[in-house]
Amino acid sequence: MMNSRIIEIVVGMFVAIGLGAFFFLAMYVSSSSAGSSSGYTVSARFENIGSLKTRSPVTMSGVLVGRVDTVSYDMERYEAVVTMTIQEDFNAIPTDTTASVYTAGLLGEQYVALEPGGEEEYLKEGDEISLTQSALVLEKVIGQVLFSKAEEGAEDNTDADEGF
Amino acid sequence: MWVLDKLQAIGKSSLGIFERFGRATIFLFHVLSGIGSLITRPQLLVCQLFFVGVLSLLIILISGLFVGMVLALQGYYILSHFGAEQTLGVMVAASLVRELGPVVSALLFSGRAGSALTAEIGLMRATEQLSGIEMMAVNPIHRIIAPRFWAGVISMPLLASLFSSLGVLGGYFVGVLLLGVDDGAFWSQMQSKLDFYDDVLNGVIKSIIFGFAVTWIAIFEGYDAIPTSEGVSRATTRTVVYSAFAILGLDFVLTALMFGN
Repeated sequence: MMNSRIIEIVVGMFVAIGLGAFFFLAMYVSSSSAGSSSGYTVSARFENIGSLKTRSPVTMSGVLVGRVDTVSYDMERYEAVVTMTIQEDFNAIPTDTTASVYTAGLLGEQYVALEPGGEEEYLKEGDEISLTQSALVLEKVIGQVLFSKAEEGAEDNTDADEGF
Repeated sequence: MWVLDKLQAIGKSSLGIFERFGRATIFLFHVLSGIGSLITRPQLLVCQLFFVGVLSLLIILISGLFVGMVLALQGYYILSHFGAEQTLGVMVAASLVRELGPVVSALLFSGRAGSALTAEIGLMRATEQLSGIEMMAVNPIHRIIAPRFWAGVISMPLLASLFSSLGVLGGYFVGVLLLGVDDGAFWSQMQSKLDFYDDVLNGVIKSIIFGFAVTWIAIFEGYDAIPTSEGVSRATTRTVVYSAFAILGLDFVLTALMFGN
């Protein structure tokens, strides 16, 4: 009888620490996306969204306020349409808010940053953010820098020619 | 004629494989129908949980710890080239929770517990203990096999969770305490990049499926073994080999389904 009691106690401990490990993985190693389901959705149109994807973060002043729901393309206006879910707690975002696509770090993931405007009216379910700023494409920026450098170089050369 | 002989040999062996798979499936249904006897006698399940789960703990915990430590060492070496040591925690935790936890613990489980189940059931058959139980009007599948099967299915996700957790702690030990990665960045990056539903829960579902497959193979090979010493030894070998195939093959399919897009 004693023996079976010990086995039961050990099995109980095994199940308990197994479940404990699962909760450790749930609470400390990962974060839940359950909170994103409750909230309201707004959409925004961008010329270029870079590599923005579903579940990319939406932030205000760097604080996470929501997630990107869908990314689609509007064939009539040739623009990308991004819908995002904002958490319920952040329900006082002015209608003239600017949405921009930024990159976290030099090679990091892309996210939507919201910068609030000064309107008295707030965004509601289904509203569209009209002020947007597209993602910077690194190649375009580098191309522009190279182009302007080349122009400067050409001007220097003509100056030198005139000096003779 | 030579060609016909070869064709006949191929046909015979493939029919044999199908027949064996069919028998394994019918056997599985008999085992699953035995769940009622476990509800009336949970003592049997607890006893098997001890032999299948608790006795596998040591190898799972130690392997998990060392796998996590090696991941942190190798990951640090590569990531430091890009100045991205901060993401070491993400790398260690993601690879453990998604792949290595379920897969390696299932491979260890098949070697530690699966082979033991096959040998035990095979020897019971060889020494006609199963027939003896049947003579006493007790269904051996319900009394002997079903508790072992469910013990395997229940133990596997618990063991895989422990493997992943110990691996993360091992990675923390090497990455933060030995190599000097920032403590806060290690945990916060890990937490923000890993999703509970996408990563942790999918890993647990994987390990339940692996536990199902490994235990099914183990008990069927034992039950189906030729009742001789040689037959039991062959069945034990087959358990480990088939389990490895099943785990790695299923892992590819499950990964493609869960993380494919």
